[in-house]
Amino acid sequence: MPGRRHAIRGAGLLVSVALTVLGLLLVTFLIGRVVPIDPVIAVVGDRVSADTYARVRQELGLDLPLWQQFLRYVGDVLQGDFGTSVLTSRPVLEDILRVFPATLELATAALIVGVLLGIPAGVMAAVHRGRWPDHLIRVIGLIGHSIPVFWLGLMALLVFYARLDWAPGPGRVDVFYEGLVDPVTGVITVDALLAGETDVFWNALHHLVLPAGILGLYSVAYIARMTRSFMLDQLRQEYITTARVKGMSEARVIWRHALGNIAVPLTTVVALSYASLLEGSVLTETVFAWPGLGLYITNSLLSADMNAVLGGTLVVGAVFIGLNLLSDLLYRLLDPRAR
Amino acid sequence: MTAQTHTTENGLRAWLTAETPQSRGQARLGRVYLGWLAFSRNRLAMIGLGIVLLLVLMAALAPLLAPYDPYTQDLSQRLLPPSAAHWLGTDAFGRDILSRILYGSRLTLMIVALVAVTAPVAGLLIGTVAGYLGGWVDAVLMRVTDIFLAFPKLILALAFVSALGPGIENAIIAIAITSWPPYARIARAETITIRKSDFISAVRLQGASTPRIILGHVVPLCSSSLIVRVTLDMAGIILTAAGLGFLGLGAQPPAPEWGAMIATGRQYVLEQWWVATMPGIAIFVVSLGFNLLGDGLRDVLDPKGQ
Repeated sequence: MPGRRHAIRGAGLLVSVALTVLGLLLVTFLIGRVVPIDPVIAVVGDRVSADTYARVRQELGLDLPLWQQFLRYVGDVLQGDFGTSVLTSRPVLEDILRVFPATLELATAALIVGVLLGIPAGVMAAVHRGRWPDHLIRVIGLIGHSIPVFWLGLMALLVFYARLDWAPGPGRVDVFYEGLVDPVTGVITVDALLAGETDVFWNALHHLVLPAGILGLYSVAYIARMTRSFMLDQLRQEYITTARVKGMSEARVIWRHALGNIAVPLTTVVALSYASLLEGSVLTETVFAWPGLGLYITNSLLSADMNAVLGGTLVVGAVFIGLNLLSDLLYRLLDPRAR
Repeated sequence: MTAQTHTTENGLRAWLTAETPQSRGQARLGRVYLGWLAFSRNRLAMIGLGIVLLLVLMAALAPLLAPYDPYTQDLSQRLLPPSAAHWLGTDAFGRDILSRILYGSRLTLMIVALVAVTAPVAGLLIGTVAGYLGGWVDAVLMRVTDIFLAFPKLILALAFVSALGPGIENAIIAIAITSWPPYARIARAETITIRKSDFISAVRLQGASTPRIILGHVVPLCSSSLIVRVTLDMAGIILTAAGLGFLGLGAQPPAPEWGAMIATGRQYVLEQWWVATMPGIAIFVVSLGFNLLGDGLRDVLDPKGQ
């Protein structure tokens, strides 16, 4: 009964994801509790009577036992209530939805860079194993693992913006183009195309190149390393020898047969590196004044705006879990052996 | 005289590489020596070791090496480009950047050392206990580990620092809290393969208690793969700490922490480029050193990688 086995496995996966999400909520809840800021004073200020203090404390549910507070918190979050941001005095969820598309745009562009450079680099390293392309790619990977992303961003701005004037400065578009297109999706390149504003599109794309390139470098290193090791496994197999003996061209052997067979594990690698790009975007956004989730979280941090920080943390954590789940599902769906 | 030292060296090498060691200590030292021979053949790994030793020396001798005091401000000397008097230039408060980088190596080393002794030990204990005991203990501990792994490390560290308050101690705590789960996973995987082996059964039949088996027999066998992983992670720890410093959540001014130095140099980066550039190069070189060292150690200590 393969169908039933599937159902059981699917249910197991769902339970595991639910438990992880619950754990995520517990961690953010506990972090919120250990903050040395009194949440009541944060709401009413420190010049109120003891009565008002007690009333607000009760309204906030702070007199309840900890586990009941946690249940309330879970209920609130599941209804999309992340609290109000002190900094913007708007609901946190509203803020996050507003800034998230910018991060999505940056991370996606970086992923495209990572895939377009990383996979060919990994293939070349495997094919020329032990020779200079392999060493070169290994050195680039090593350097990528050692450079602080925020510093590399600053240096890129210094060289390409200030000295060479090849790239535009920080931000998503030039000031001149700001507010020219209505946000539909929030992804400015897509919005500009939808509105038919090609000038804005090119300007936004121009602004995207530097941050996405810097951020993408970090996934290039990871994707190339994984591609190389998958590819080496394939090139050892007998079907590769057979294909060569049959007189098939080397390019076809490598790019069609071997690469075709590692497409499935590569998909999961790409999904996982997307997750790490979201994380890397925190520092990149700060350097490039990119108004995304990372900048939102760090700005809130510096003004001790805990609702916003924990809301942002929760969203990134949820996206992380989602991407892990997605890579797991993709693997099962695409690989006939895992079915 | 020289002939004599020559023979003692030879004697030492012969003693180390003896086919039939006379004592347990001799056998152990012999293994270490063979590992060192393999390690020292790897040129990149030796460069890494050199960089790390240099960092330790810099930190130890900072007061002797630094030409100026890292904290004394001199506004008449502010934002000077690199010169003979100030090799790496001065910052916005007229402080010598070279001296600050030299003193900053102490902070970097302290962060790395504290994280490297806390997180792996916690991960090792959790992983070996989970792997050895199995059952519900394993299920619960690994579920907790997975939850921590589900968070992106930097974001979780940010959230912890925001709760604990900015500062270098809290940054270290936050990094340690976010670093242990991979160690627990590795230790568990190793433990599961060790648990079923004959020598563990033999020890158990001799009446050894569970803590004794875990601490005395399982933990030492998991250590070498953990050491490799920790060395490889040190670069990541340095980068995370620098990132927290850059965001203003790690070491606070006027501490000469490299990430924080980049943050203060940021506003001058387009004109006085050296203020932000120099500490970044320091971070890069040190991370590279740890990465090279970790790669070399992996080749020696992890036979599976060969």
